[in-house]
Amino acid sequence: MHFQLNENIATRNAFGEALAKFGGRHKNVIVLDADLSGSVKTEKFAGLYPDRHFNFGIAESNMVNSAAGMAIRGKIPFACSFAVFSTGRAWEHIRNSICYPNMNVKIVGSHAGILTGEDGATHQALEDIAIMRALPNMKVICPADAVETYLAIEEIMNDFGPTYIRLGRMGVPVIYGKDHKFRIGFGDILTYGEDVALIATGTMVSKALEAAKLLGKEGVRAMVVNISTIKPIDKDLIIDCAKKTKLVITLEDHGVIGGLGGAVAEVLSQYYPAKMRMIGMRKFGESGKPEDLYKKYKLDGEGVTEQVLEFMKEVGI
Amino acid sequence: MENIKDLQKKATQLRIDVLRMIHKAKSGHTGGSLSVMDILVALYYGEINGEPIMRYDPQKPGWEDQDYMVLSKGHASPAIYSILADVGFFDKSELDYFRQVNSMLQGHPVIKTPGISMTTGSLGQGFSSAHGLALAINVDRKPNKVFAILGDGELQEGIVWETAMAAAHYNTENLIAFVDNNQLQIDGNTRTIMKVEPIVDKFESFGWRVIPVQNGHDFEELLFAIDKAFSSARKPTCIVCNTIKGKGVSFAEGKASYHGMPLSDQEMAEAIPALEKQLAELG
Repeated sequence: MHFQLNENIATRNAFGEALAKFGGRHKNVIVLDADLSGSVKTEKFAGLYPDRHFNFGIAESNMVNSAAGMAIRGKIPFACSFAVFSTGRAWEHIRNSICYPNMNVKIVGSHAGILTGEDGATHQALEDIAIMRALPNMKVICPADAVETYLAIEEIMNDFGPTYIRLGRMGVPVIYGKDHKFRIGFGDILTYGEDVALIATGTMVSKALEAAKLLGKEGVRAMVVNISTIKPIDKDLIIDCAKKTKLVITLEDHGVIGGLGGAVAEVLSQYYPAKMRMIGMRKFGESGKPEDLYKKYKLDGEGVTEQVLEFMKEVGI
Repeated sequence: MENIKDLQKKATQLRIDVLRMIHKAKSGHTGGSLSVMDILVALYYGEINGEPIMRYDPQKPGWEDQDYMVLSKGHASPAIYSILADVGFFDKSELDYFRQVNSMLQGHPVIKTPGISMTTGSLGQGFSSAHGLALAINVDRKPNKVFAILGDGELQEGIVWETAMAAAHYNTENLIAFVDNNQLQIDGNTRTIMKVEPIVDKFESFGWRVIPVQNGHDFEELLFAIDKAFSSARKPTCIVCNTIKGKGVSFAEGKASYHGMPLSDQEMAEAIPALEKQLAELG
């Protein structure tokens, strides 16, 4: 692993490298594509292990469902496409042929969120966490940076069961050193603060860190938490965050219905009712440069800071 | 079994089991279970040149050298359950609990039931799973065969044709599909609901070897077709079998209304003795 702290690397790139590295060791790993091997960064694996790579053409349903069939023989298939297609187009195949029979299939969705940018709303998955999370047996992993992605892929290959891995198109700063430990099901406190807890996932973790710095200048002490496993969610950590702060705010490049915000709300409303707000998307995205979209939808450091301050005023802290 | 009469007797006995199972559950798919029965009996009991058509062993779950049958038309589960019980994958008494709460025998097949290769029932998906299974076997350069059984109505699902395209592209010679072409679906005749014909031409144009079977209830013809399918073609094979929905129960034959209906007590009183009589005539 050669990722440097603060270097901008897309999680899809780190995925491609991890797949080639650990997929070489795990002879049962098979990689399936639907005509996007260049974008999803599976081409390195495909070049090294052509016998274990299948391109299904532009046919995500059959790609995902064939992955289920491969798992019958003990294979560990990674079915890869843009998140909209690998989870959305193929949803019912994932439900009935992967999750219900509990097959060891890994669904990879890259180009998640409005970070996808110029391609516009058709290609920006904003519901994928919600629809994957709703499925029994399915785990949902959304790594925060390149280091975590790399470590997560190794962990996922050693783990059994259906798993969804959510990746982004654009570079995000590396926030973790090489000593980071990734474990499925555990969140991670990045900074401590007792005013607000910023619970973020994926690309929004680095934005939460940026916002925490800006909030500090306003005298607001923010706790930043990375929830990279959205399911099974780290219930104890989330309750702890609510106990130690006055307001919990979730951040995700995903719709606010059924995603990280929904998952955190399910924990808190049942086990530790607390003041809570959600930052995320409330409608379809649009075309534009990723940074322009993050600015417009207030998902950049400044936009998040502005929203946090508003929420604090709203709840009276 | 190589004797045609033995296969006929087996299929007749299993049809009785199927009707009893569905009648007891008061729920289940009668028509399609009866139309596909002879195809399944040929696979599970048939022999060619003294060799069994399908390699399986109820004593060895997860046997690496087994062949696989994926019942993509999963609603015909009573047909395969009756066979799996008969060959010893589980006790025949399990059939009494078909579709009941806590039963191993779900309405549509699930992978955890002994002898079931894959969870199916959402139409089109079993075919795609079978295709993935065949690809995985090819990755390991193993000789196992994968049989997928589809209904003709099922061919209306888009994924069937994604799968057909990919199987031909990857020359999955070890994948042998059967179409149980009974020409009926729940809402009526496939010709009027959504035409799937010409099935043979469609698969051929997708790059498959197609073997038409004029009478999918004639074991001689079925075994001949399967023997042909076992010869190398460097492409997947589809055996299109013309069948009769409800086969073996005279008043249900060719009627869409018996798709998902159990027989009434009165109908059972007519159907079972008729099948028993057939059985006696076969000797």
